Amino acid sequence: MPPMIELDHLSKRFGAITAVDDVSFQVKRGEVLGFLGPNGAGKSTAMKILAGFLDADSGTARVCGLDVADHPIEVKRRLGYMPEGAPSYSDMTPLAFLNFIAESRGFRGDKRNDHVDKAIEMTQLFEVLSQPIETLSKGFKHRVALAQALLHDPEVLILDEPTDGLDPNQKHEVRSLIQKMAPDKAIVISTHILEEVDAVCTRAIIIAHGRIIADGTPEELEATSPRHNGVTVSASANTLDALAPMLRDMKDIKEVEIGDDSLFVLAKDGKAIYEDVRVLVRQQKFDVRDVRPERGRLEDVFRSITAGNGGSRGT
Amino acid sequence: MSTLGTVFRRELVSYFITPLAYVFIVIFLALAGAMTFFLGSFFDRGQADLAPFFTFHPWLYLLLVPALSMRLWAEERRIGTIELLLTLPITTTQAVLGKYLAAWACTAIALMLTFPLWLTVNYLGDPDNGVIVAGYFGSMIMAGAYLAIGSCFSALTKNQVIAFVLSAAACIIFTVSGTPLVLNFFTGWAPAEMINTISDLSFLSNFNAISKGVIDISNLVYFASVIGVFLFINVILVELYKAR
Repeated sequence: MPPMIELDHLSKRFGAITAVDDVSFQVKRGEVLGFLGPNGAGKSTAMKILAGFLDADSGTARVCGLDVADHPIEVKRRLGYMPEGAPSYSDMTPLAFLNFIAESRGFRGDKRNDHVDKAIEMTQLFEVLSQPIETLSKGFKHRVALAQALLHDPEVLILDEPTDGLDPNQKHEVRSLIQKMAPDKAIVISTHILEEVDAVCTRAIIIAHGRIIADGTPEELEATSPRHNGVTVSASANTLDALAPMLRDMKDIKEVEIGDDSLFVLAKDGKAIYEDVRVLVRQQKFDVRDVRPERGRLEDVFRSITAGNGGSRGT
Repeated sequence: MSTLGTVFRRELVSYFITPLAYVFIVIFLALAGAMTFFLGSFFDRGQADLAPFFTFHPWLYLLLVPALSMRLWAEERRIGTIELLLTLPITTTQAVLGKYLAAWACTAIALMLTFPLWLTVNYLGDPDNGVIVAGYFGSMIMAGAYLAIGSCFSALTKNQVIAFVLSAAACIIFTVSGTPLVLNFFTGWAPAEMINTISDLSFLSNFNAISKGVIDISNLVYFASVIGVFLFINVILVELYKAR
């Protein structure tokens, strides 16, 4: 099966700034790609090019095998796009706005109503249908923009910060919606909320200064964290003082960081040390409250590779 | 074509769900009336025609059309809906034409609402209605030309005030190039052909010709070309915005 989304050595410059620098990746049907990166990393620019709103300087972007630059209308038919900040015509009501979107996507009569009804149902807009969009809360404005993007049941969905500014319940709803749609679509979402990647994405790409610096499943990325497979031991300060030297003598342990009521054991090269630590604690009869393995947080990975110069370039 | 209609309808409705269309129409009617009766001495002339009404249309449009057209693209750019509009399966040309025609329709509605004047002049005397129809037609197509200029400049910026000032300035140039003010500057040293050309390029001279009841193809071609050229530049400006 050919990839639904294909970026091939895509570059875009704004004056002296290179917003997107030789970016290539593919997204297949069923994948939810999380596009991560600090502000200004080039996430939105890449998504705008993909959606046909910006022209690339070099390289190609293809959607369903069609070049975005050569077949703009065909691509836009197959693609749902929610721009950053969820813009919509604020003097219209959600119903009028969605009718406009449906008609401009070529739906008329009953077909139009069916699509609009479905989008309203998916995004739970019933209660605000006849209020001007400008009077709605941020959460509802977002849902209107989301409804607009998925109204025509597109094969490819590009959502630029779909949960930005939403409250935790609304975030959860949007994520469930994305998960529900995921199996038969190719979805790209940009975000800087890392828990979101864990929650909905099957794959994550980290981009900084316009370049891809990491690409993998959330688990794979977490495994690159220096804290991956580390172990946290919670106990009283005296116990920790006694325990620390013994841990330092063990093999496969790189470092022991002592805190007030817990210590953190860093594994050497991400080796699995949890069992060893547990056995040691039990054998020496230390009085500990808790021994807990760490997966390594995506946030640490993100910080370590996007801080400074962005690190070395991955695939 | 139906997509163009969709853009057109949305844009036209948006004029009427905000006070914009009503303010425009009311001010247009008030000014048109005031100019006809006070500046144009409609009654004192004692003639059954609408010449004092049409004479002031170029000046009326000069003031009001940029106010109507300034939001066309500038606002889309400012609030970001341009990103939405241009990622729908709509060509740039359809979007430009749809929005432009909606603004034109709004002007047409304002113009049609001046019909009491036409009734009045028919009640008071026996005017040549053919000339009046030509006047309305000329006024309509001239409004279209002003709007095309305004729409084009609106696509140049996301600031509506800048869009207004630029289009008003351009409209002034196209209007006054036929007045003695400009022509006198050239008379005496420039060849007569050049003066005629400058005069021919004015909205005033072209409109005056039509509103006298003589619908000459050259006047129509003139306004149609102004509309065509500025809308073409408008499309290019929007495309350039994507390539920026």
